[in-house]
Amino acid sequence: MGTETVHALREVSLEIQKSEYVAIMGPSGSGKSTMMNLIGCLDTPTDGEYELNGHRVSEMNDNELAEIRNREIGFIFQTFNLLPRSDALRNVELPLVYAGVRATERRQIALQVLANVGLADRVHHRPNELSGGQRQRVAVARALVNRPSILLADEPTGNLDSKTGKEIMALFQQLADQGNTIILVTHEEAVARHARRIIRIRDGLIASDEPVIP
Amino acid sequence: MTLFSETREGLVIAWAAIRANKLRSVLTTLGIVIGIITVTLMGTAITGLNRSFMQSISSIGADVLYVSQASWFIESEQEWEDSQKRPAITLYDETLIENQMTLAKAVAPIVSTMEPIKYGRQSSSSVSVVGTSDQYQITSGFTMKDGRFLSAVECDYSRPVCVIGADVATNLFRHGEAVGQSVQLNRRPFEVIGVLEKQGGFSDENSPDNQVIIPLSQFTYSFSEHPDYTIAVKVRDLDEVDDAKEELRTVMRRARHIAPGQPDNFAINQQDQILQLFHRVAGTIGAIGLFITGLSLFVGGIGIMNIMFVSVAERTREIGVRKAIGAKSRTILLQFLIEAACICLLGGLIALMIAWPATLLLQRMMPATLSPFVVGVSLLVSALTGILSGFLPAWRAARMNPVDALRNE
Repeated sequence: MGTETVHALREVSLEIQKSEYVAIMGPSGSGKSTMMNLIGCLDTPTDGEYELNGHRVSEMNDNELAEIRNREIGFIFQTFNLLPRSDALRNVELPLVYAGVRATERRQIALQVLANVGLADRVHHRPNELSGGQRQRVAVARALVNRPSILLADEPTGNLDSKTGKEIMALFQQLADQGNTIILVTHEEAVARHARRIIRIRDGLIASDEPVIP
Repeated sequence: MTLFSETREGLVIAWAAIRANKLRSVLTTLGIVIGIITVTLMGTAITGLNRSFMQSISSIGADVLYVSQASWFIESEQEWEDSQKRPAITLYDETLIENQMTLAKAVAPIVSTMEPIKYGRQSSSSVSVVGTSDQYQITSGFTMKDGRFLSAVECDYSRPVCVIGADVATNLFRHGEAVGQSVQLNRRPFEVIGVLEKQGGFSDENSPDNQVIIPLSQFTYSFSEHPDYTIAVKVRDLDEVDDAKEELRTVMRRARHIAPGQPDNFAINQQDQILQLFHRVAGTIGAIGLFITGLSLFVGGIGIMNIMFVSVAERTREIGVRKAIGAKSRTILLQFLIEAACICLLGGLIALMIAWPATLLLQRMMPATLSPFVVGVSLLVSALTGILSGFLPAWRAARMNPVDALRNE
């Protein structure tokens, strides 16, 4: 019995500049998730190289990966992935906790970021006391709080109704305008068109990589 | 992130997790609670046992040799039969020892029997009546609470006087003074001239606190003409116990005309023998106790391990999120270790709260107290149990691949 090694991605070469707003598109099984895991430093490539903000991620060990995720990546998930027992403030503080920021300082930063995403009056609510849109805003605040190089959003509107989805996309637009680098992983054309560049993946290969013409 | 802040963070998380699953935490803790209760009570009981034993045999005295017909420790039926055939110890032996021994400080003949005692309408069904001489105060080392001990004159002239133990005094004279009162032994009046200080130890019939001491000649007159004598010989100096024992043996052998090579037809007993036996028995009890408590702690530990595996499994997603936003494996490991240790420490605290009143109950039987040492050991052991049994689940959590953990539903 042999196990066949399946390469989810092959011969992918990609460069994303600071302050870009990029959407990565592709049907399920296209290698889109693998791409996202690699960009997000959750995984390392079996072969090839990945350089993030001057760090050679492809050669890092688990500890270094954890550190670089903490400093350089802000994750936004489809299912929000907030800690259910912690209030909004505590959820947003968490990356700062792992960064070793002192309690008073991190509270101050977290409150500021929560206010920036419009949740100043919800800081002590737990996720189950918040609406879907509010939860995703908490998640965005958590992603922003360490001032990462990349905001990596995986189907951020997938669990939201269309109206709330639009609000979140407006928030992304605002963040992009402020100079944040955003990578949006989605299979929805309408969502992807918010970005300024769309990379399409099919069967582990980049099928197309073109700017969005408004 | 420093180890200190990681630990503090771990404590915050652990506390939240414990509170979120209150019932489960309590049930998990139960095993540890029972384990720690057994540890604590066993420790307390063993120290209590030791202490009361020491108190009990301290009245025997480390520097006192007891000559009697039979050894205190008969190891076979044959030996017992042989010792019954030996000549009885007599007052003549006592006189010889008193006259010939150079290393003795005091020599006292001792006879005793269990008898009822009466005072007015109060009575005690069985006290240990001891017939002896004034020297008994020296060999026994008893101190007086009230009054005085038997005098040489009272013993020589067979006065009907007695000295009573602390328990006898409290039983008969609940209100008021014992000294000067007249008690009845075998329907004969005895004047109480002194009360002994409480000796402590196991409170049984043979305890010194349950004694009534009368002049030897009164004893032979009232109870038995040819009693079974024991001769107590107090050695001048504790360092000379072995020499004195040898001298005593020589005196006795000469008195009985025992030819060289023939065995002794008497026995010389001392506290040392009891101590040795006690240490052997206490050691065995301690080892068995340790094994049983260890077993119950082990079972408790397995309970913790089980529930920590469940906790890790149902928080897989959380672990994935934490790792994604920058938690290192070490941080996750520490978080779950701290959680397990906290559950166990909580169990330890609950156990101590239960064990404390339980030791108060134990106190009725023996001088047992919950020592800070036992408390410290209990808490240490419970935290250690948590860390040991939490390690495997925590390790599994720490080793999780963030991609797989995040995918977990």
